Formats: sequence, C-alpha cells, structure tokens
Amino acid sequence: MSVDVLLPSPVPVRFVAEDGTAVQPPTGYQVPEEERLLEAFRRMVVGRRFDRQATALTKQGRLAVYPSSRGQEACQIAGVLALREDDWLFPTYRDSVALVSRGLDPVEVLTLLRGGWHCGYDPAATRVAPQCTPLATQTIHAVGMADALRRKGEDGVVMAFIGDGGTSEGDFHEALNYAAVLHAPVVFFVQNNKYAISVPLAKQSAAPALAYKGIGYGIRSEQVDGNDLVAVLSVLDAAVEHARTGGGPFLVEAHTYRMDPHTNADDASRYREKQEVEQWEAADPLARLETYLRGRGVLGADAVEAAHEAAEKFAARVREDMNADPEADPYELFEHVFAEATPQLREQRALLASELED
Amino acid sequence: MTTLSMAQALNAALRDALREDERVLVFGEDVGPLGGVFRITDGLTKEFGEERCFDTPLAEAGIVGLAVGLAMGGFRPVIEMQFDAFAYPAFEQIASHVAKLRNRTRGRLSLPMVIRIPYAGGIGGVEHHCDSSEAYYAHTPGLKVVTPATADDAYWLLRDAIADPDPVIFMEPKRLYWSKGETSAGDRRAAGFGRAAVLREGGDATLVAYGPTVPVALEAAEAAAREGRDLEVVDLRTIVPFDDATVVASVRKTGRCVVIQEAQGFAGVGAEIAARVQERCFHSLAAPVLRVTGFDIPYPPPILEHSHLPDADRVLDAVDRLQFDDEPDLLHLAGEAS
Ligand SMILES: Cc1ncc(C[n+]2csc(CCOP(=O)(O)OP(=O)(O)O)c2C)c(N)n1
Ligand SMILES: [Mg+2]
Repeated sequence: MSVDVLLPSPVPVRFVAEDGTAVQPPTGYQVPEEERLLEAFRRMVVGRRFDRQATALTKQGRLAVYPSSRGQEACQIAGVLALREDDWLFPTYRDSVALVSRGLDPVEVLTLLRGGWHCGYDPAATRVAPQCTPLATQTIHAVGMADALRRKGEDGVVMAFIGDGGTSEGDFHEALNYAAVLHAPVVFFVQNNKYAISVPLAKQSAAPALAYKGIGYGIRSEQVDGNDLVAVLSVLDAAVEHARTGGGPFLVEAHTYRMDPHTNADDASRYREKQEVEQWEAADPLARLETYLRGRGVLGADAVEAAHEAAEKFAARVREDMNADPEADPYELFEHVFAEATPQLREQRALLASELED
Repeated sequence: MTTLSMAQALNAALRDALREDERVLVFGEDVGPLGGVFRITDGLTKEFGEERCFDTPLAEAGIVGLAVGLAMGGFRPVIEMQFDAFAYPAFEQIASHVAKLRNRTRGRLSLPMVIRIPYAGGIGGVEHHCDSSEAYYAHTPGLKVVTPATADDAYWLLRDAIADPDPVIFMEPKRLYWSKGETSAGDRRAAGFGRAAVLREGGDATLVAYGPTVPVALEAAEAAAREGRDLEVVDLRTIVPFDDATVVASVRKTGRCVVIQEAQGFAGVGAEIAARVQERCFHSLAAPVLRVTGFDIPYPPPILEHSHLPDADRVLDAVDRLQFDDEPDLLHLAGEAS
C-alpha cells in the first residue's frame, strides 16, 4: 500500500471559515445534506444547553463532578450523526453530550457523575459502551466489538472516542495495530481539545499532528477543523463509510478546544491564559454553523428560536429529573460481582444486613 | 478413561469447547500454527481454521482488551498469556475492565472469557518465566481464579471455566504440564469448579495446597505415613470462589493445618487461607495454622530455585512443628530472642 493513501491532509480539512463563510472544500469530501446540517444545529443547541445545565448541577450538589465539552459540540454531535442506530459507540467521560444526543436518557447518562452507579444506561440496548475512565482502554474494546460485528456478518461500524492525551497511552497504539491487522470496521475519533487536564499538547506529543499516529500502523488518517461541524461530519461520514464497506479502520483527529476547565473541580487559570480562551471563543462551533446556515438562507430566526426553546425545555426536564434523590440499595453491592454470588459474598451480605438492622 | 498429560488434557478441553460452541475463540501469542510455546493449542488452527484459533500481534493489553470487546459482542474468548510475568502489561485491562464490567453495568454486560496463564517455576526457567502471580488476581473482586493439579481437573476445570458466565483466570502450573493422569475427557463428571478435592484422607493434620504444590503435599503425606502420621491432603482447585466448607470440615476433623503455596508468602493466598481457617476452626485447633511458602524474594535463578521452592522436607518440618508433643513452636520465639 502506498503511504500517500494513508496520509492526512497537511492542514485540517475545513468547509466553513471562522466567520461562517464557506471555503473551498478539499476534494474527496461531500458537503452533508442540508437537512442533516439543520439537525446538527438543533442538536448542538440542545447539547450546549445540557452541558451548561450539568455544570450548574455540580454547583447545586446534584452532580459530584462534570467534565464539560463546551466548545467541542461539533465533534460531539457529528460523531453521533455519522453513526447508525445499530453501530456501536465507545465514549469517554467527556462525551455525555454525544450520549444524550444519541437519545440516551440524561439521568441515566449522569448516573456515573452523580455517584449513583458506575454506569446508568444499558450498553447492550443502546449500543453505547460505558463511558470509559481509564484512558485509551476503550479503544481496544472497540476493536474487539468491531471484529465481533464482522464475525456475525453485521455491517455495523464501531466508533471509539478518545482525547489528545489518551493517544499517548499504550492501549491506543495497541488498538490501532490490532485494528489494522484485523482490518476491523472501527473509526478512532480523537478530540484534540489541546489539554490533558493541565498538560498542553506540546508536552504531550511531538507528532506533526495526532492524525499521523495512524500512518505507522497502516491506517487511513485525516485531520479536520473540529469546530467546523460541516467538515467534521463530512470527514466522519467518509470514515464510517470506509469502515463499513470493508476498507478497514480509519483515524480522525479533530482540532478543537476545551473551553471550560477539565472538570468543575479544576482551576484552569493555573495553566492557561485568559487570552487563549478568548481567541477560541471566536472559533465557536455553534455560532459558526448558525452563521453559515443563515448565510445560505436555510436557517431562519424562527428555527433558531425554536431550537433554543427545545433546549430550554430539555434543560428543565433534566433539572427536574435530577432533583429527585437517586435510589440506592446497599444489597445491590453484592449482586453484580458475579452472575451468582460466591459463598463469601453471601456471608458479607448477611454481615451488612446485620449492620443495617442495628 | 485415558491417560493424558496435563498439557494434552488442556488441549483436549480447548478442542472439545471449540467443537461444541461456535462462540468459543482461541487467540494469543504463537497459539496458531505453532500450537503455543507449551503446545497447549497444538493442532487447533489446523482443525478449526484461522478464524477460530489465531495468532495476535505482541501486545498483552491488546489481547485482553480485544477479548473484552469480543465478549461484549457475544463471543467466548479463551486467550493465552505466554508466561505469568508477561501478563503484567495486561493488568490494567484485567483489573479495571475484565473484573468490573458486569458490576459496572449492573449485570447488563457480562464477560464470559478465560485468560489462561502458565505460571510458577520448577522448570529451570530464566527470570520472568516463573512467577506465581495468583494473589494479584485472587485479590481482585470479580475474577474467578482456578488452578488444576491433575490432568483430569485440568480438562474439566477448563471446560467449566469456558462455560462460566464470568471471567476466569485459569492458572496452569507449568511444571505439571507433562505429568500424566487418568482423564475422563468427554465423559461428564461432577463439577469440580468451586469445590476443593480431598485427595488423601487422614486424621492427624490437614495439608492445604493448590496447583504446583499439590504433588509436594502428596509426597509429604506419603513420607509422613511411613513414620506413622496420617495427613489429609486438600487440593483447592479453585482459589476464587474459595471452598471454605471442605477446608473447614477437614481441619475441624484433624485439628491441625499446614497451608502450602509456591508463591512468596507475604500477603499471599496462603495467608488468606490461614486466616480463614483460624477464624472458623479456632476451637478445633491444637496448634497454630502454619504456612509453607516460597521465600519473600524475587524468583531466583535456576541454579538456586531448589532452595526457594517448598518441597516435602519443608512441609514435613512444618508438620513437626504442629505441637504434637504439646511444646510451643520454637521457630518464631528463637527469631525474636536473637
Ligand atoms: C490510565 C489513566 N491515567 C490517568 C488518568 C487521569 N486522567 C483523567 S482525564 C486525564 C486527561 C486526559 O486528557 P485527554 O485524553 O486529552 O482527554 P480530555 O480530558 O481532554 O477530554 C487524566 C490524566 C486516567 N483517567 N486514566
Ligand atoms: Mg484533551
């Protein structure tokens, strides 16, 4: 195979400039249909509102912690829109907006972060793996799942989300290698938001771009402007199509920015300047898509208002649902360790019962 | 009944599982055409094809992680770690995912997978090829840990492990790979999974052993019998779940107990067993529960491994210290005085 086929574009693929005007798109990528772009816009509005609501819930003590994806909405939404319902998604802790956009119940999504259980939704029913905390470990699971789909004769694709920092972990590299060797239908989607907690990209990697990490493994790779929804969706569409039609794995790096601290508990002023954050405000993915769609005359003020109304409704529902205290059954602690509790676990359950009765 | 080596019995178990259940997949390093460095997977690729038994790239976390994804997708992976110490790169996958996925998802996902690990020493292996790593796994909630000592148990415990709905760490004492025994392969017998076996009955003391030290315990019991001491030998077979009932019944009967493990002793499985026995058998005990273990040293070079490994003599010395003469055990007192 010629290396040229694998190489990413030398500059991130872009369809829409920061001011919302269309730029000459690179060859080989299609502008997604208008209806999907409008759907993306609506979802980004809801996603951003959900994200803001979740951060607010931490202040009210309703959530233990929340890693915000504000500024990364184009990635969150495009990742979901590029997949079919029977495709699998392997997300990280940062990807709650994507999960909510995929239609998962927001309270179930937030169950991990409110401390109710480690995963609140049903991964088998939703085809969304538990949000993964040990960095990069989910990428190799995604490869295994992709191989499972292939073996069962399904034409499903698996998408694994990962952050820029996660691409330094060994498991990411093992996953790339396995995916390539197994020719697995998997898309690795790197949201390069420029920080791993406090550590900036420059200290994380000396690669010309993280997208180049696919090349050594024989994986088609691309880099894209992660705040340009049109570009992200277009590139992910191509990547998913490539994987679905037997082309093997695909790696996409999206250049974006984490506008908020790592989590609500983090103090970003200790490691980055305010000016840097302000510069990225100008590249805001939601404003950019809105200007672009308005400019093309396909999005009117009414539709924008309707999207914001829907977002407010959604946030109100989240607030209300999160107001109820989660139920917790102490005996459930012993229930899922094994399919059938061992004699030792049954003894310990009895011990807890005697403590609770006192 | 046929006579097989433990290696052959394991091979037969894999073959029968592959034949009976389409979801079973075997993979790892060199397990394909070569048949594994210990030949446990000999002939499986030939019989079942590359789709069912295949070589992976060299990356142990990847092997385990791939198995996690395949098990989530409905398959039953049976994977091989080439040697005990080479499973360490996979420890994060094992401890953070294999052991926890069922619990994390409230039982909505399960991982029916088996991780086979040739372990322990006694074969003159160089460094990194002789570790007794069972305690790491046994200490991790959510993992079952199994280790056979006979060819027949090797066959049935592996079949049971593959059929189990939960992940099983299947630890194969490599120095017993070539020891032969009668096996009932193919001819279903009462389940041994989760049950210890009383391999020899006796009334004077109980020797509790597992994996590589089971033959050591049996040899010690033979020697003791010649001197008129009647030792009972319990083979755990399954470390997790632990069979308290069988061990406790034996010690309550004999009143004395020596726990034997090849692994270094500190914070090991033997310590757990000793604690459990004294918690449950205190009023039946005529002497403290003693442990016979490897020393708390990194595994020694081959020329010195015989000094490290618990043998029948070390076991018999411990038995002598079980206060049959009602004298206190001087070993520890002497140590404190000096
Ligand atoms: C194996 C592992 N090491 C360390 C951590 C602690 N940790 C949590 S998030 C994080 C930063 C990850 O950065 P990145 O991959 O860029 O993702 P982002 O948080 O920016 O979305 C670290 C170090 C972890 N979760 N897992
Ligand atoms: Mg990051």
